[in-house]
Amino acid sequence: MTFLIQQTLLYAVPLMIVALAGVFAERSGIINLALEGIMIFGAFVGVLFVRIMQGSAWISAAKAANAYGTLQFFEVLAMLMAALFGAIFSLLLSFASINLRADQTIGGTALNLMAPALALFFIRLIANQNTLYIDGDGPSWFMIKKAMFGYGRTESMSWLGETFVNKMYLATYICIVLFVVLSILLYKTRFGLRLRSCGENPQAADSLGINVYHMRYAGTTISGALAGMGGFVYALTTANCTSNGDVAGFGFLALAVMIFGNWKPGNIAGASLLFGLFKCIAAAYSSIDINGDGVYMLKEIGINENVYRMLPYVITLLVLAFTSKSSRAPKAEGIPYDKGQR
Amino acid sequence: MKKEPFLQREGTKSVLASLLSILFGLAFGAVVILIVGLTSKDLGADSAWEGIRLIFGGLFSTGRGSTGLLTWGFNGQNIGNMLFRATPLIMTGLSVAMAYKTGLFNIGAPGQYLMGTLVSLSVALGIPAGSMPKAVIWLLAFLAALLAGALWGSIPGALKAFLNINEVIACIMTNWIAANFVTWMFGISNFKNIVENTKSSYIYKTTYGLVDGTYVSGAGIATAKLGMDKLFPGSQVNGGILIAILFAVGVYVMMEKTTFGYELKACGSNRHAARYAGIADKRDIVLSMAIAGALSAGGAGLYCLAGNTEFFWSTYQSLPAIGFNGIPVALLAVCNPIGVIFTAIFMSMLSISGLQLTNLTAYNEYITDVIISVIVYLAAFSLVIKMWLGRKKDKVGAVNANAEPAPKAEPPAGAKPEEPAAAVPGDGEKGGDAQ
Repeated sequence: MTFLIQQTLLYAVPLMIVALAGVFAERSGIINLALEGIMIFGAFVGVLFVRIMQGSAWISAAKAANAYGTLQFFEVLAMLMAALFGAIFSLLLSFASINLRADQTIGGTALNLMAPALALFFIRLIANQNTLYIDGDGPSWFMIKKAMFGYGRTESMSWLGETFVNKMYLATYICIVLFVVLSILLYKTRFGLRLRSCGENPQAADSLGINVYHMRYAGTTISGALAGMGGFVYALTTANCTSNGDVAGFGFLALAVMIFGNWKPGNIAGASLLFGLFKCIAAAYSSIDINGDGVYMLKEIGINENVYRMLPYVITLLVLAFTSKSSRAPKAEGIPYDKGQR
Repeated sequence: MKKEPFLQREGTKSVLASLLSILFGLAFGAVVILIVGLTSKDLGADSAWEGIRLIFGGLFSTGRGSTGLLTWGFNGQNIGNMLFRATPLIMTGLSVAMAYKTGLFNIGAPGQYLMGTLVSLSVALGIPAGSMPKAVIWLLAFLAALLAGALWGSIPGALKAFLNINEVIACIMTNWIAANFVTWMFGISNFKNIVENTKSSYIYKTTYGLVDGTYVSGAGIATAKLGMDKLFPGSQVNGGILIAILFAVGVYVMMEKTTFGYELKACGSNRHAARYAGIADKRDIVLSMAIAGALSAGGAGLYCLAGNTEFFWSTYQSLPAIGFNGIPVALLAVCNPIGVIFTAIFMSMLSISGLQLTNLTAYNEYITDVIISVIVYLAAFSLVIKMWLGRKKDKVGAVNANAEPAPKAEPPAGAKPEEPAAAVPGDGEKGGDAQ
């Protein structure tokens, strides 16, 4: 059970934060099809940052002295770098779709093509292979360990501690906190209301003195930062802190989760947990022991592993099929805003 | 109405805008190479210059001479391989272009391509060699691929038409379902190559045929060469490229010259208006996606049945790049079926240049993907480029105006607000798209 919950969280949290990234862009009126590309770019920048910094005196000393605080700070720093570059990368999309009124689907597709190409081009130049690794057991520097709280190697931290603290990542919890804070920002503040109004009726918003261009820039930039950070969190927690110009379609899944969650943060959190659970089952069905009796039930049923892998996608389609009537996209999304148009 | 002068025509401007995008993309790639070459301590200006020359002219590279310098000349093998790579790209490009013209963004090409791979290989390898003529087996396998793609493509089409689910999401989901399904089916099949032990996780080439329960090399089928191997000796090219070009012409005729094509396009520009005009909009959306799916899967058929290609069957973690590359091919061609032929060939030329770059210099082939992405990015606002072109032409027109005042029929200011709606077929119905 502990394993199941941990793995589900590790899969669900990047999805959740990237889906929220999608919400910020689409609520401001820009379709961000580039989530996948920005994730890839963020993952690349984050891993590259860790790789460059790992040899520095500062980090080496921290590793030697088991200075957990410093290493956790290093992890947060890498997340910030990924977010920063994700935001910069997303400016390409904002510029094309806001200033030049380009087709947002094509612009997003271009970014999706560009990110893996740039990442792989530089990874090949830097590492002379197609995957960017960091030294040794990289991600375990960042993992939260029992020893940080003074527990011995064999001591148990109680069920709660074992499940939610031991062998988890600070990044996961930062993302959850960010998710809550940003949802409040979107729904309970003046800025959030203005942002959402630009996705529904930009002309009306403009007539009330809101600068639609600024709001849309804000939406896509927040979106880019979150997606970039989500990409690095994905690489750190589920891909061993490596980058290979691919996030296994997570950005597109996040888009689906966003639509599935009806562009509302609460639903999105639920949808990504559901999706994370199925992803987790697909990835580790043969070693999941639900009630702890030593029987791997899912393996014993004898269903082909590919069926489990297919499930998240099939279920998304089915749920969409049943809920599509009540689902509602932001009204003005995808339509370039032209001041002169009524 | 009087015909506009050549430079003022919409088609000319589109081609010019695409050419400008291409030029800019190539220049961007060259600049990246130059920066990397000059800032890296292992590489230098010389290697950067070599890289740049290979980006622009990789097709005519013949390797390195005995003195270590790059040599250039006609390289039939490169050109043949370029045409071979272009074959499936033309088909996936047509698929995306055709769907785009009917207001649908077919990001599902990779999934449809995979289903085509599964079905064409299964039919080609499943029929015992000698039970019927090779040409019949080939034709059956190809037609089966078309059918499988049509069925797979019609799933997101039906979801869009009847349940109003966004086709982009449905396509992405069906892509991954296809990837897992194909892995599953090939995983339990007996088409896995066990004869050559270095080829684990690969499916037999179609040149292997089933003889008395075992696979024998040379007993299977391969696409007819139709003389292409004589033209470009040593390359992989075959008659498939001609079939792909025929398909392109066919799609052009269907979309531009028939009532059916007109209905599909009308449905794409405004579904509700089309229904009001008596067009069966739901049927047409499903049909558009079915045709698009068939085209993608047909590309897979042409690629797999060539006889010299191998398929890595454990594909559940990644989708085929040929499918996704159909999107840039189509966008660069402004979704014109005939244009797709040229952009697909251009794209393959870039990938050949990329290979030369990897083989001959310290750079690698991914720079060509960067170039492609820059080109697509520019294609996103080709409208702006076209407007800019129009303005330039107008100034030229104004100078000539003394002699002939007629051509200034369309002021650029008037062209601006109308064009977005016409150029983006999906735009009109996005507002009503409730998903």
